[in-house]
Amino acid sequence: MKFKLQEHMLVPKHEILSKEEAEELLKILGVRKEQLPKMKADDPIAKEIGAKPGDIVKITRKSLTAGESVFYRLVI
Amino acid sequence: MLPKRVAALKFEVLSPQEIRRMSVVKIITPETYDDDGFPIDGGLMDTRLGVIDPGLRCKTCGGKAGECPGHFGHVELAAPVIHVGYAKLIARLLNGTCRECGRILLKDDRRDRFIEEIERRIEFNQNYEDVIKEVFRLTKAAKKCPHCGEEQIEIKFDKPTFFYEGEHRLTPKDVRERLEKIPNEDLPAFGLNPKATRPEWFVLTVLPVPPVTVRPSIILETGQRSEDDLTHKLVDIIRINQRFMENKEAGAPQQILEDLWELLQYHVTTYLDNEVSGIPPARHRSGRPLKTLAQRLKGKEGRFRGSLSGKRVNFSARTVISPDPCLSINEVGVPKEIAEEVTVPLFVTPNNIEIAREFVLRSEHPKANYIVRPDGRRIRVIESNKEELAEKLEPGWIVERQLMDGDIVLFNRQPSLHRMSIMAHYVKVLPYKTFRLNPAVCPPYNADFDGDEMNLHVPQSLEAQAEAKILMAVQEHILSPRFGGPIIGGIHDHISGLYLLTRGEKKFNREEAMELLRALDISEIPVKNEYTGKEIFSFILPELTLEFKAEICQGCEECKGENCEYDAYVIIEKGKLLKGTIDEKAVGAFKGIIIDEIARKYGKEEAKKFIDRMTQLAIRIISKLGFTVGIDDEDIPPEASMQIEEVLKEAEEEVEKLIKAYKEGDLEPMPGRSIEETLEMRIMQVLGRARDRAGKIAQRHLGMDNAAVIMAVSGARGSMLNLTQMAACIGQQSVRGERISRGYTYTNRTLSHFKPGDLGAEARGFVRSSYKRGLSPVEFFFHAAGGREGLVDTAVRTSQSGYLQRRMINALQDLKIEYDGTVREQTSGSLVQFRYGEDGTDPMKSFRGKAVDVRRIVREVIGEVKK
Repeated sequence: MKFKLQEHMLVPKHEILSKEEAEELLKILGVRKEQLPKMKADDPIAKEIGAKPGDIVKITRKSLTAGESVFYRLVI
Repeated sequence: MLPKRVAALKFEVLSPQEIRRMSVVKIITPETYDDDGFPIDGGLMDTRLGVIDPGLRCKTCGGKAGECPGHFGHVELAAPVIHVGYAKLIARLLNGTCRECGRILLKDDRRDRFIEEIERRIEFNQNYEDVIKEVFRLTKAAKKCPHCGEEQIEIKFDKPTFFYEGEHRLTPKDVRERLEKIPNEDLPAFGLNPKATRPEWFVLTVLPVPPVTVRPSIILETGQRSEDDLTHKLVDIIRINQRFMENKEAGAPQQILEDLWELLQYHVTTYLDNEVSGIPPARHRSGRPLKTLAQRLKGKEGRFRGSLSGKRVNFSARTVISPDPCLSINEVGVPKEIAEEVTVPLFVTPNNIEIAREFVLRSEHPKANYIVRPDGRRIRVIESNKEELAEKLEPGWIVERQLMDGDIVLFNRQPSLHRMSIMAHYVKVLPYKTFRLNPAVCPPYNADFDGDEMNLHVPQSLEAQAEAKILMAVQEHILSPRFGGPIIGGIHDHISGLYLLTRGEKKFNREEAMELLRALDISEIPVKNEYTGKEIFSFILPELTLEFKAEICQGCEECKGENCEYDAYVIIEKGKLLKGTIDEKAVGAFKGIIIDEIARKYGKEEAKKFIDRMTQLAIRIISKLGFTVGIDDEDIPPEASMQIEEVLKEAEEEVEKLIKAYKEGDLEPMPGRSIEETLEMRIMQVLGRARDRAGKIAQRHLGMDNAAVIMAVSGARGSMLNLTQMAACIGQQSVRGERISRGYTYTNRTLSHFKPGDLGAEARGFVRSSYKRGLSPVEFFFHAAGGREGLVDTAVRTSQSGYLQRRMINALQDLKIEYDGTVREQTSGSLVQFRYGEDGTDPMKSFRGKAVDVRRIVREVIGEVKK
């Protein structure tokens, strides 16, 4: 049986950034792609949302201290 | 001048050509000095390698000792030898390449895929070790060369430096020839960069000889020269090398040559690393193992951890610490002897030249110790030259004056586990030989006065002094980043004192009140004939409004608030203590709600002042009222003893009942437990309850004005449990959280005093005596067993957590929070967190770990409305 990982309460929201968004992000942070934290392309969640190597994934997590926290990962 | 930055570091392997190129002399003789004590040319102390004796000049650069950095020489080895450090890699390479054609034992396309993967990982700053491991694993398993079809024989690596192909032993020469055959194109797959490293360089043909400055000899009192361990080892190598060469030329038999070759290998191996397993370490004549190259770098005292990460420094002092409640928390009492030795530089300018001159001319305490001229020459100021030096003094010179009151210094106690372990204090020069500090700063240093020693450092530049004052001063650390609350506050007597002062409606007449308050810099108090303790405490409070439950709060089911019958509900309104008792919760380190509030509302300076006054006041009160504890404080009346006896007897009977029920199989197991476990748990429960009940009885009879009870309830020192154990009953002893059951396992009893299989309270480590009454021999034994576990636990915990912390520091040391709130790794600039701690909050400025203190804000807003 196949179920969606994203629907699980413990799995935070993952979205692929569009090219423009990705560029914008890198510009704001002033970093190269490779300096971002990474995730593997064969990570189950990456496969589910169809992230390819080179994509940047935005992860929105629930946080005890900040309510919501945003994280980015480069898919490799 | 532009500061130069190191952009990158690359590690390569020295090639034989490189070694020869950087060498200034070929070492050919093992002799060091001639009969006149001069270095022999071509020997290990050749003056072309640099000089260490004052007076001699280096033949290469012409520098004197101290100027010349030293130069490398080299030894041409008569036969190649394996470098121990690379032996394992050599073994892998030999197994990974064809014995015939030298190619990698992988097809070209597969090899290229691995190389690509490695390059990709390097680009992404990732670990590629496991790819290389995979390459070595695959190539080792290959039976046949995919390039020339040659059958492969596995090479056995015999530590530390021997290689066997089947039964046949490979000489270093064979090994080198094989490594030479590996083509450059194949090397990246093994993780080697052919531009930097050729594998045959792992087999030494030339040995670099480090400069004499690296291995200085020392001259003993007897006038004898004592050479460095490295020199000794090099002498051995050269001597064998020569023997080998002579024998070879003389055409000696193969066997002799091989033995010499092996000996040469041994000497070179121990020269590089004298702690390799499998061979005996080379020893000094005295039997001490030699400290060779690897030993210089390795371990706690090695170059990295001992000389680079941690160094010994000047302008520092260390002595025993002792308390002085009259000092402010940001002061430190420095013994005069120390103040006269360590110095602060005074940079002479036209504006301060007169002051500087005065220091130079003085002949006691705050005087100048040294004068540093612009050319760096350092002249000691003594009685006979002070006038002359004061005369010559001019702007640009530096006068090193003795430490004096008001100087800023860093004060430190090891282990430095958190930032509060090093704080800046202002100097107060005092007589006697110990560092003095206000006992309120003991918690951040985790110091006590049972013989602790602390270190003191004097910042030597104005920048450092300014930073110390602004960033490191004690008051900057009243609030701890560990939990966002005060870590500096009242301890022990401070808490007892204020408790005694503010408890109930204690009255003090005017004289007494003045006596208590005179040391504090309070300028105005209302004129009255009588003051209550609460009023006196209010004099040191700034204006603030607070309400909280004190430490002595009994946790009633329904809190009566301001009508608390224990006076445990503290109400402070506009700086007046109206209700409640001041105790640990109000002013204690770690808890101190009042300190916390003052620090947030009025800032650190005000909080410092409050702590200073609070500690002074508390000490005066406790000295005035008197406070003492003795063993008779734990005396309880005979009827109480009888009651306790009764309680314990009941409990023991209940235990017997449980055991009986267990033996008859009537015991109902608890969910998820076996019957045995249930029995144990029930017994523990019964006995635990019995001890608590005994404690309650004792407490009832000790009363609230018992000094020990006062300390326990106010949080000053000790706990009610401690008192229970002293007065009533020590209770169950445990090892690993269970009743003590080890001992004579074969008869299943703890001691031979009991019947086999006895599960009763007494037989399994229940101590019914109190510390005051004393323990029976059997009880004492169980108590010792339980106590031993505690000792072992602490010993193990400290070493484990120490190593854990070391690893964490190494992992986190170059992370930095940038101005945009991101956390980045400093060298690669890669991101670790997009917002520090997810909420971007400085824990030091947080409220007990939370970003905002909503209650405080609400209270403040509502407070405004009220007005």
